[in-house]
Amino acid sequence: MASAILRVRGLVMDFGGVRAVDNCSLNVDEGSITGLIGPNGAGKTTLFNLVAGFHKPTTGRVTFRDERIDGLPSYLIFRKGIVRTFQIPRELKRMSVLENLMLVPSDQLGESMWRAVAARWLVKRQERAIEAQAREVLEFTGLSEVADLPAEGLSGGQKKLLELARTLMAKPRMVLLDEPGAGVNPTLLRRLVGGIRRAREELGITFLIIEHDMGLVMRLCDHVIVMSEGSVLTQGAPAAVQQDDRVVRAYLGD
Amino acid sequence: MLEFLTAFAILVGIYSVFALGLNVHWGYTGLFNIGVAGFFALGAYAAALLTIRPPLSNQGEDYLYSGDLANRLDSLPVVGVLDLWFVAALVAASLVAAAVALVVGTITIRLRGDYLAIATLGIAESVRLVFLNERWLSNVSRGIYTIPRPFGDIVAPQDYDRVYLVVVLVVFVVLFAGIRALVHSPWGRVLRAIREDEVTAEASGKHVFRFKLQAFVLGAVIMGIGGALYAFNFRAISPITFTPLLGTFIIWAMLVAGGSGRLYGPIVGAFVVWGIWSGSQFLPNVVERLPEAVGAPVLDALESVGLPNIRFFAVGVLVVLVLLYAPDGITPGIVRLRERLAGRMRRRARA
Repeated sequence: MASAILRVRGLVMDFGGVRAVDNCSLNVDEGSITGLIGPNGAGKTTLFNLVAGFHKPTTGRVTFRDERIDGLPSYLIFRKGIVRTFQIPRELKRMSVLENLMLVPSDQLGESMWRAVAARWLVKRQERAIEAQAREVLEFTGLSEVADLPAEGLSGGQKKLLELARTLMAKPRMVLLDEPGAGVNPTLLRRLVGGIRRAREELGITFLIIEHDMGLVMRLCDHVIVMSEGSVLTQGAPAAVQQDDRVVRAYLGD
Repeated sequence: MLEFLTAFAILVGIYSVFALGLNVHWGYTGLFNIGVAGFFALGAYAAALLTIRPPLSNQGEDYLYSGDLANRLDSLPVVGVLDLWFVAALVAASLVAAAVALVVGTITIRLRGDYLAIATLGIAESVRLVFLNERWLSNVSRGIYTIPRPFGDIVAPQDYDRVYLVVVLVVFVVLFAGIRALVHSPWGRVLRAIREDEVTAEASGKHVFRFKLQAFVLGAVIMGIGGALYAFNFRAISPITFTPLLGTFIIWAMLVAGGSGRLYGPIVGAFVVWGIWSGSQFLPNVVERLPEAVGAPVLDALESVGLPNIRFFAVGVLVVLVLLYAPDGITPGIVRLRERLAGRMRRRARA
């Protein structure tokens, strides 16, 4: 049994009078590809926002690699190795695909104003290394041909791949993917699935994936967690979850 | 004519500095600062108050503070010749603008949306009103005058503008080179990412607040330096210079017309807008040469509307035209035109 890389305990998130996440507890095993499914409004994306530090939880705790991360600002959680994508891709429109990726590495020398001016030689050397890494990731995700295009020119599917590429660029331990398959054509979807699998096998990255396409969940995930009304309804192997009456009822209503 | 062109070039240079600062704010980071006049005024007054001679009580001047730095340093050997007090004034202008930007930014930059716009507008007006009402500080609406001339000993007073043009150009080139290095660096890349989508920048692990604050302070410092250059050019400043129209709108018009987020946008915009602005003073002369039947009613109209209003109107029309037909500003248009001409030349060379 693999150990849990992410532990969520008793997590609650209130937006005004609405309780989006309600006493939610779950574990994600290290090295797994875990699916997170559930009807609209179940609190899946809010859970992502809480784990990645985009919201502060009302109560509850989140532990990543045995370290509490709830309430930390998102850039610090990013540095601990959790990177998230967005349901609707949020590419940096007027920047090239390559720049979208070169932005990502943390602690770049040239991110300091002073060194950007005074130590340009060192910064340029690091830039070359970062560019090489970005081109590798573009190769990995099959976006090499569009590297120098502005990101706003990409197709919907390519933008999804760019979201995945952005997470890989961060050298993460864990990636939260929000509906990576939505609106992606079958060819690109195959590439996406291949990319996620290879990232797990070759880089040891743990994936937590929100997805509505059950076919994709069946193909990709080794464990599925079902959320409903803000907390975990059930979980288990994909095939078992699919047979569960409670899951069907949660989706269709009683 | 040469005098006019020199004075014109000095002001294009000074306004390029302001637009350069605004480009750091809006063009590269997406910070909506509509209080440029505030940092402009802070820089101008800081530089002026640090360098003017003490007030003369027999002329009814009763402001309390004067640095008198120009006189004090001029008496020193070497330092006096180099006019280092001018550098000190630029540093003072930077520091004052930076301090205010740091306070305002720390409070408002964390907030989303238009709060920064409201705050900057409010600060700019507050700054202007303080200088307008505090006699001890700024001599109220009479303003500060007899501001000394940097490097004024080099030439005769009537030729001084040429010296000051060189001074302005040197300051501008230094600032421009610094900004160019910065926007092409990873630091500038983070700023552009924030401009495009703050949330993505955050999801890419960037401490967005820190970068926005740095950009805000840097832009404000550049505007403060612009204010100092402005003060030394006119040698007299008063609160009337720092109204939203004269101190903010015209600089926004320059940035938008030239091309926001473009390296050369501020220069192109300052040239075009200041060209319209100062060129419009020749309008009556042009109209007078028209045939009487056409000219006389136009001249009457000009007189009743007033030249200042016509200037603002012309700049406004320019901004609207640019936004409609070249939303990225004039600079990318020039680049495309040059490429097209180069292509035509190549084709002709082949033919």
